[in-house]
Amino acid sequence: MPYTAQAPNRRESNEELKARIPGWGVDLDPADRPAFPQERFAPEVTGAHWDFPERQPGAETRERSIEHRFVTPVFGTSAPLHGLSGAIRRFAYDKFSEGRAAHWLILIAGDRVDAAGSHLRSFFTLRPDNPVSETGVKAELTHGGFRSRFGRGRADNRHTWIDSILIAGPWVLAGVAAFSIVRRLAKR
Amino acid sequence: MRAMVYRGPYKVRVEEKDIPRIEHPNDAIVRVTHAAICGSDLHLYHGMMPDTRVGTTFGHEFIGVVHEVGPSVQNLKVGDRVMVPFNVYCGSCYFCARGLYSNCHNVNPNATAVGGIYGYSHTCGGYDGGQAEYVRVPFADVGPSIIPDWMEEEDALMLTDALATGYFGAQLGDIVEGDTVAVFGAGPVGLYAAKSAWLMGAGRVIVIDHLDYRLEKARTFAHAETLNFNEYNDIVVEMKKTTDYLGADVAIDAVGAEADGNLTQHITSAKFKLQGGSPVALNWAIDSVRKGGTVSVMGAYGPIFSAVKFGDAMNKGLTLNMNQCPVKRQWPRLFEHVRNGYLKPNDLVTHRIPLEHIAEGYHIFSSKLDDCIKPIIVPDAS
Ligand SMILES: NC(=O)c1ccc[n+]([C@@H]2O[C@H](COP(=O)([O-])OP(=O)(O)OC[C@H]3O[C@@H](n4cnc5c(N)ncnc54)[C@H](O)[C@@H]3O)[C@@H](O)[C@H]2O)c1
Ligand SMILES: [Zn+2]
Ligand SMILES: [Zn+2]
Repeated sequence: MPYTAQAPNRRESNEELKARIPGWGVDLDPADRPAFPQERFAPEVTGAHWDFPERQPGAETRERSIEHRFVTPVFGTSAPLHGLSGAIRRFAYDKFSEGRAAHWLILIAGDRVDAAGSHLRSFFTLRPDNPVSETGVKAELTHGGFRSRFGRGRADNRHTWIDSILIAGPWVLAGVAAFSIVRRLAKR
Repeated sequence: MRAMVYRGPYKVRVEEKDIPRIEHPNDAIVRVTHAAICGSDLHLYHGMMPDTRVGTTFGHEFIGVVHEVGPSVQNLKVGDRVMVPFNVYCGSCYFCARGLYSNCHNVNPNATAVGGIYGYSHTCGGYDGGQAEYVRVPFADVGPSIIPDWMEEEDALMLTDALATGYFGAQLGDIVEGDTVAVFGAGPVGLYAAKSAWLMGAGRVIVIDHLDYRLEKARTFAHAETLNFNEYNDIVVEMKKTTDYLGADVAIDAVGAEADGNLTQHITSAKFKLQGGSPVALNWAIDSVRKGGTVSVMGAYGPIFSAVKFGDAMNKGLTLNMNQCPVKRQWPRLFEHVRNGYLKPNDLVTHRIPLEHIAEGYHIFSSKLDDCIKPIIVPDAS
């Protein structure tokens, strides 16, 4: 009881725990654990054989956080900025530090523009986006959607339905819009 | 090559992409033999991580075979079987020199607040990940290790993140002999953390989740007591009752940004992205731990603010420890533990999915179908 000085009694002794749990206590000494202390100066163990890494080419056009002095010597080259989403994202990088909510909210807006634009563009390719195969919902049938979700007291059942609206909603709206446009054109 | 590609929130598919090329003298290209989907990938998949671009390939947990090396690579050669930590890091910056490999300053131009992570959005550096047939591995002399002959491949794969992170999470709890440790979240990270807490001398380990099949695993795999938060009106009170009203000595958040248990928190963050993450589990950790206790945060949160109960943490005199795991620092010790049989990492692998079916893999893991705990992706080239 915390109302008096002594710690509560241990439920199991070290011997009992050792008998029950393989390896109990092998890392007992806090000072003899690999992440202790978190900061430990040891540049010789990393395998790096440079003081500062050679610079990867391509930094000129690479966006960066304004909290960095320069584009880091190594960086990822996946999906470079392009189009409208690219302009939005570049604006977030150029104008706001990571300390500003605007930086992140604008980046999220860029993400939505990127996703919507990519979906639209995909309809002019040989491989349009397929909301059924790309969401993997088929697994609901093959991997026990019903059995896994219901009668098992899952807390997330309370909001799972929102997912379907968030995912399918834009597709349904786009479909309705396309349909009404076609109908209006047909009436002319 | 075939690669998983992000198409927007909740949508992924497999596309044909160019095999990555050497872009820096210390790069290697690795042919992936096994990759995994992580709870962290779900934050990307659900569109919660800013600057997640359509067309990028996810995957920060992978092992494979060296396919090509850059001119300055000394420690690896073509054909080596390698395991690659999820951190991209240089080994020479201020932070790497001090062992903070997950906080490297030379690999992520997009942000100073995060290091580099494979396949984890541009906010983490814009690297393509390993849920593909091939992947570019920067600083090949620093990150990867050759897989020891005696080690099973799936065990090596678990060591690239989930196991190392769970073990790291227990360490950041500063556990001393006899401590009561509460672990929020019975996903791979939480289960490995619970198991690791015993190695550090915990006297009691209590795992909290709402998924019964995972709590079952917490009892069998991690020898822990369990509480299903959905069965109690108020899990914090329950934690106080079970600890004689003292509170746990240590609490570990192994849930992160999409925590359930409070509808408003979950919806404002996971669904409408108005917060960096739903801190329900973190708040429970803060309120369940005793005064003067330690909270270790392994759960990941986005860079936008979250509604964390900081006042309670301050008034209680808590120590909050947290970081992305510097994976390779954990390896020598974890290799020993795996070899000695104290840890059996691949006990948590429940699904092995061909790359071509990765969309189903994401759906199964995200929706927690079919008693899924840890899904592995197997590219066809292997
Ligand atoms: N720090 C790091 O280096 C690092 C590395 C890997 C993963 N992570 C993070 O760790 C977290 C867990 O990863 P995982 O792979 O185990 O994910 P997971 O999704 O498999 O597990 C999360 C678990 O938390 C449970 N949960 C949800 N709300 C809860 C609540 N309020 N209280 C208790 N449990 C709750 C879920 O039911 C689920 O079982 C993620 O946020 C991930 O991003 C961090
Ligand atoms: Zn991970
Ligand atoms: Zn570094």
